[in-house]
Amino acid sequence: MEKIIELKKVNKWFDKFQVLKDIDLEVGSQEKIVICGPSGSGKSTLIRCINRLEEHQEGNIVVDGTELSESTKNIEKIRAEVGMVFQQFNLFPHLSILDNCTLAPIWVKKLPKKEAEEIAMKNLTRVQIDDQALKFPGQLSGGQQQRAAIARALCMEPKIMLFDEPTSALDPEMIKEVLDVMVDLAKGGMTMIVVTHEMGFAKEVADYMIFMDEGKIVERAKTKDFFENPKSERTKLFLSQIL
Amino acid sequence: MNLIAKPSKENIKTYVPIGLFLVSLGFLDVFINAFFNFNLTAFLPSQLSYFLPLVLGFIGFYLIRIEFSGVRPLDILNKNINSNNFNALLTLFTIFIIIKSIPPMLDWFILEANFIGNSKEDCTGDGACWVFIKVWFNRFMYGLYPNAEQWRINTAFLILFAVVGASFFVSEKLKKYFILFLVFVFPFLGIKLISGGSFGLEYVESAAWGGLSLTFIISAFAILFCFPIGVILALGRRSSLPAIKYISIGFIELWRGVPLITVLFMSAVMFPMFLPDGTFIDKLIRVLIAITLFEAAYMAEVVRGGLQALPKGQYEAAKSLGMGYWRMNALIILPQALKLVIPGIANTLLALVKDTPLIFVVGLMELAGMIGLAKTNPKWLGMAMEGYVFAGLVFWIICYAMSRYSQNLEKKLSTER
Repeated sequence: MEKIIELKKVNKWFDKFQVLKDIDLEVGSQEKIVICGPSGSGKSTLIRCINRLEEHQEGNIVVDGTELSESTKNIEKIRAEVGMVFQQFNLFPHLSILDNCTLAPIWVKKLPKKEAEEIAMKNLTRVQIDDQALKFPGQLSGGQQQRAAIARALCMEPKIMLFDEPTSALDPEMIKEVLDVMVDLAKGGMTMIVVTHEMGFAKEVADYMIFMDEGKIVERAKTKDFFENPKSERTKLFLSQIL
Repeated sequence: MNLIAKPSKENIKTYVPIGLFLVSLGFLDVFINAFFNFNLTAFLPSQLSYFLPLVLGFIGFYLIRIEFSGVRPLDILNKNINSNNFNALLTLFTIFIIIKSIPPMLDWFILEANFIGNSKEDCTGDGACWVFIKVWFNRFMYGLYPNAEQWRINTAFLILFAVVGASFFVSEKLKKYFILFLVFVFPFLGIKLISGGSFGLEYVESAAWGGLSLTFIISAFAILFCFPIGVILALGRRSSLPAIKYISIGFIELWRGVPLITVLFMSAVMFPMFLPDGTFIDKLIRVLIAITLFEAAYMAEVVRGGLQALPKGQYEAAKSLGMGYWRMNALIILPQALKLVIPGIANTLLALVKDTPLIFVVGLMELAGMIGLAKTNPKWLGMAMEGYVFAGLVFWIICYAMSRYSQNLEKKLSTER
């Protein structure tokens, strides 16, 4: 399988505190990976390093054949290929949902407005909020906003999608509608890295599970093995607490 | 026997009429006293007569202060202006002072003011001498600009108002061109028209410009230029490049720390000394640059306030969609930040307009400056009051219009529900 993301010996510090310790990770094209672990274990930082919202200090990160480093000139090009969905949605409140979705395709990918709107409507239909296209983010429920944020990321037609705890800020009732969209996306063959505590979702779509603690990858295993037969004690403890 | 009882729902039927009667009596006394100069209570000792309305009103307000009376107007009244003895007294004081000050103001402004004539001697009444404004009106509007050429100023402002007015009625697409014209073409066209020197127009040097038209010219140019400079400084101050960051900080702190009057004086008197021989920059332009840079420093801090109010997530979302620094700021960050600080921007721009009279220190006379000049004319001594009331009124109208516009803009741009 073709490798699309490759991390080698990645280390990162916030001042003196080390958040990532010798992270090695390979993600193949169309693979779905779920990262879990206690808070403060570095999961969010890890995926934020993949589109360089955070900078790593040591090691190599290669995304789709381009190495990320300080001298990476066209970091924008990489980011345009890597969609990201945030815990807090981060929709642009001054723009309508449709404009949220067309802004980057028009200004970054230089698509004509009409084409960008067609793509936007296609993706909004896919996440089932096409009827909300002309509303502003403040007028939507949390679940709808998160689905809009997913549609916005999809409009850039990314090769990889990163999800940073996409359901953590949602009411329990709205979690399902967002997870359904993500399952649908996974079945469509998208490469996905998801940080989440939704183990039901993980069991359904993940190829691999990664368990992180204190900045290290403690366990990396096929989903079935991970849940039925975890190797490390730390993983067992964690699973016993959340399952 | 019941009179000592606390006002309550039981005695509402007797207390409220008595209370209202006493309050009205108090108001009536003050009213007749102020407007007809007739003292209803002249038979009482003078001090008692003077304070009687207050006493009557106070007792009346006490009697009608019934909690949860069930009568809506009464409850609203009690809640807002009669919630306790102190508030009742404060209410009475305020209303009495307003009533008492209306007649003398009315007299001075209108009833005993002088409108007819064309010299100071025609002002025989006790009130304001509006003849002063009438006679000098042309100078107040155009300064020392030659009378025969004043149509040029009028034309420039007529075009401005026509284009601005029309832009409210045309389609969105056309509006864009109107705004581009107003920002990039009109300022230079208008200045050329007013200063002349080509197209067969007589040259009028900027020292002759003045009055309200100069107020408008300076304000408009300073607003036009200080805004983008302020935005760039604000972005610069938050830049991750140390050179840009510290230059911005230095610039802002330097200009914010110096009084405008000093800046103006230096721009007019000291700055030319540093220029190489033979170069000459018009005084008005130097002053304009000084005011623009001064206000830009304030604008920068206002805009920075808006930038800091935006959550980090907005930056991250923009970046994650592949936007670079300029696209992120132009499309995502600034539209939101500027919307947040519209009140602060309006504040700064109002202050700018009201700072323009300070240009008198370099010998330029806008509206207030012309009034200052006119009141020292030997034939018109003692007209300071009329002049400055007029100036105050004109500035208030300008500033209030700007303030209303900013409020409308805020409402129009609001996307929250």
